[in-house]
Amino acid sequence: MSNNNQRPLLVIFGLFINAVAVAQDKPEMADTMRGNGKIYVVVAVCLTILVGLFIYVFTIDRKISRMEKNA
Amino acid sequence: MKKNWWKILTFLLLIYTVVGGFLMEVPRLFILNETIRNMYFHVCMWFAMMIMFIISFIYSIKYLRNADFRNDIFATHFASMGCVLGMLGYATGIIWVSVTWITDQSQSISSVLKEPKLIGAAIAMLIYGAYFVLRGSFTDMDKRARVSAVYNIFAFAMLFPSIWIIPRMVGSLHPGAPGSESGNPALDRNDMDAGMRAVFYPAVIGWTLLGVWIATLRIRIQLLKDKTLLNE
Repeated sequence: MSNNNQRPLLVIFGLFINAVAVAQDKPEMADTMRGNGKIYVVVAVCLTILVGLFIYVFTIDRKISRMEKNA
Repeated sequence: MKKNWWKILTFLLLIYTVVGGFLMEVPRLFILNETIRNMYFHVCMWFAMMIMFIISFIYSIKYLRNADFRNDIFATHFASMGCVLGMLGYATGIIWVSVTWITDQSQSISSVLKEPKLIGAAIAMLIYGAYFVLRGSFTDMDKRARVSAVYNIFAFAMLFPSIWIIPRMVGSLHPGAPGSESGNPALDRNDMDAGMRAVFYPAVIGWTLLGVWIATLRIRIQLLKDKTLLNE
């Protein structure tokens, strides 16, 4: 009786083991993200931050140059 | 504009780092997965830090040779830029550790806390922290410059055992430990394939130049402030 009750559990457990085995066949990479193009969003965000930072540093640079000329 | 070409180069190299770093093909490895791309960011912070400290060390020696205050200012600001990059390297390392070292079955937070590379890097950062405490504690300019120049040389010498030698003599999870394949992590040709190196080296140069740029901005401000002192 108890054997019968446990059988579905074992089957479910077995399915999970199988899923883990499949997942470990190949290292997981962000292929979906590359596939549907969403990685470009991350690149765009990073580039925006980078460009913004560079503009900021460049204005500081220019300001100091002006101060050096006047001093 | 002629003298600014390297600033534009910095900009272009970092743009390339972000675009190439995210989009180019990287080796497919277990545990690391896509985090291998951190090579272009986390590792570069340490490379740039090391270069800042080398520059600072050179200026400290130059100060001791000719007692020119300009060299003292250069040494200080390059050392502080190095500390900023080191802290960024540490912070990014923590994030990387939390997904690669802790998920590995045999590892836990306690093995990460015992990690010699992390302890060594923390010691190195603290030694450089003491450099600024030391500087701040002098009221006499000459004494401050001379003593801190000597201390800076000591701090630079301490970098080598704490971050390069000791972590390689004892077991470490960090690449470059005994038992792992690579001798010098990131410099060994077995560590990275050609595709990764094509992004990694420009990234190192880009981040280093950015550090130099920001350091020179602070140096120029300091030189303006101390103009009267320097022209004496």
